[in-house]
Amino acid sequence: MTTIFGIPLMVLFGQLLLGLINGAFYALLSLGLAVIFGLLKVINFAHGAQYMLGAFAALLGLEYLGLDYWLALLVVPLVVGALGILIERVLLRRIQHIDHLYGLLLTFGLALIFEGTLVNLFGVSGSSYPVPEALAGGFNLGFMFLPTYRAWVLVAALAVCLFTWFMIERTRLGAYLRAGTENPRLMQAFGVNVPLLVTLTYGFGVALAAFAGVLAAPIYPVSPTMGSSLLIVVFAVVVIGGMGSILGAILTGLAMGLIEGLTKVFYPEAANTVIFLVMIMVLMLRPAGLFGKEA
Amino acid sequence: MNVTKHALTATAALLLAPSLAQAEISGDVVKIGYLADMSGTYRDLAGQGGLEALKMAVEDFGGEVNGAPIEVLSADDRNSADVGANTVRGWIDQDNIDLVAGMVASSVTIAVTKILDQQGKLGIVSGSAASSITNEHCTPNHIHWVYDTYPMAHGTAKAIVDEGGDTWFLLTADYAFGHALENDVETVVEENGGEIVGKVRHPFPTSDFSSYILQAQGSGAKIVGLANAGSDTVNALTTASQFGLVQSGQTLAGLLIFLNDVHALGLDVTQGLQLTTGWYWDMNDETREWANRYYERTQRMPTMVQAGVYSSTLHYLNAVAETGSDDAATVRAQMAETPVDDMFASDGRIREDGRMVHDMYLVEVKSPSESEGEWDLYEILRTIPAEEAFRPLSESQCPLVKG
Repeated sequence: MTTIFGIPLMVLFGQLLLGLINGAFYALLSLGLAVIFGLLKVINFAHGAQYMLGAFAALLGLEYLGLDYWLALLVVPLVVGALGILIERVLLRRIQHIDHLYGLLLTFGLALIFEGTLVNLFGVSGSSYPVPEALAGGFNLGFMFLPTYRAWVLVAALAVCLFTWFMIERTRLGAYLRAGTENPRLMQAFGVNVPLLVTLTYGFGVALAAFAGVLAAPIYPVSPTMGSSLLIVVFAVVVIGGMGSILGAILTGLAMGLIEGLTKVFYPEAANTVIFLVMIMVLMLRPAGLFGKEA
Repeated sequence: MNVTKHALTATAALLLAPSLAQAEISGDVVKIGYLADMSGTYRDLAGQGGLEALKMAVEDFGGEVNGAPIEVLSADDRNSADVGANTVRGWIDQDNIDLVAGMVASSVTIAVTKILDQQGKLGIVSGSAASSITNEHCTPNHIHWVYDTYPMAHGTAKAIVDEGGDTWFLLTADYAFGHALENDVETVVEENGGEIVGKVRHPFPTSDFSSYILQAQGSGAKIVGLANAGSDTVNALTTASQFGLVQSGQTLAGLLIFLNDVHALGLDVTQGLQLTTGWYWDMNDETREWANRYYERTQRMPTMVQAGVYSSTLHYLNAVAETGSDDAATVRAQMAETPVDDMFASDGRIREDGRMVHDMYLVEVKSPSESEGEWDLYEILRTIPAEEAFRPLSESQCPLVKG
């Protein structure tokens, strides 16, 4: 059998595939962060908590309302996104004219409140969300057993990423959004309702996080702390890709998933650190990020 | 610091019964501080539930010892040795505390027991796992009540090797506790004729185990052992179930799994898993009676740690009542002389290294069809007698034993 550095090629394929699946999560989450940062210049520290809220909403919806997975995938992002709109209207709006660091502090505080409340209500052990029947089981690829659900996650996450990229880069609405990012005052002068655009953008970014949360619910135990550990990695991904770059966030997310996957085979001890090493190197060589514009 | 004080009782009895013995209770009050992780990873294992168990013990005892009221304080150590140590220093200096109970993260426990030893106060550890707490870190001033890594690794690994599970792949949390557990398991497996065919040391904490599970599947080992704890174990088990690890003929062995983990994961994921526990609520009438009372207060069934907090607090209060003193050395001696016979243990005994030795149990997680209720989770396969379960004194590195 062909081997690379003592690892059979087939095993390597399996690990790369798993890395790509994790990368899809990173891409989905960092995409939301990048969209929000692009227009609002807010570093949304509540992103992890909003992802967690998505997973929790799916779980509670199933338990108390009989909301099935497919419906949850549609409804939960809308509900959590609406919460995001509320946060933007009631809180973020009031501080948008002062230093953006206050936005970071505000969203960080919100994240702590969301997490703390749910820890008090449900504990930290978490609960499991059943894999939907249509996606149960898995198939044998010859080199590995791939659970159907993971394959679905990859497809769904990539589809949503591409859809978002298309909306922003190829439609009129997206053009407004990009223009608003460049020069909001000029846009307003042209008669575009920029405050509404800002509100909807934040709501959309939050909805993306919630969507990722619903996708993650059947894979990871749904617990109040599930977002905070992931968030740091996602921030690193955004920094590597370049703050505010849509395509950068998607491609970097996938690439980091692959790099992490390879590390898990060759030197598992460093699996949690490797992304930060990449981040340091990128910051030294290209401070604006791989896809960012030099300031 | 969120230290809450509960002055439980200050009854008229105090004024009416000025007995001689009472004079030896410092400040005419017995103060117990409950230190635990109240908000992090180990919250469900000990946390608020442990505090509730402690309060139950105080209430069942009558709220006072020989006329002196019992006061309970509590604090969140946030799994930080610094926070835990500072809290306990404050309790000793300002509150004149007599006993520190609870104690979960091993790092916090080792820091706190050193302070207790210097200051001559007593500690009872119910939550921690590290067997070093009564080995190289033993002191005359603390007792380790419920379990430690030695019986967890030995009980489970030996039983599995005996049943033919002789090739192992280990998933180890990459820090001191995981390495210790890994080492314990390797020793047991090899001593009993088994073989370790591979292992992965994963970062702590890890949320995605799919890569490691794939490596375990590729190893061809019969048994995949989890030398980790808490959310790492939970994540590893979930992932193993999704990747059909058990269906493809491998068996999982959890080395440090608690009732709350199994409850959270659900029986679909955990069924068939073998593990060692120090206590289970559904063992006999006495355990059920206490567990039901606990359930009424907390809406959860108690873990072995929470049961241990209750048992050890009562044992402590009995010793205080018996000796009429709250002096650490006096009470510690009395506690060691009296066997522990309650809902938690029968004929348990506190050794000179501070280890409370009692029977442990090898259990198997029930399948969903066998389970008759939300908390009907374990079937007891075997009782591991006290003398077999814990590290024998002959192997101890505790100076109290040697000298």
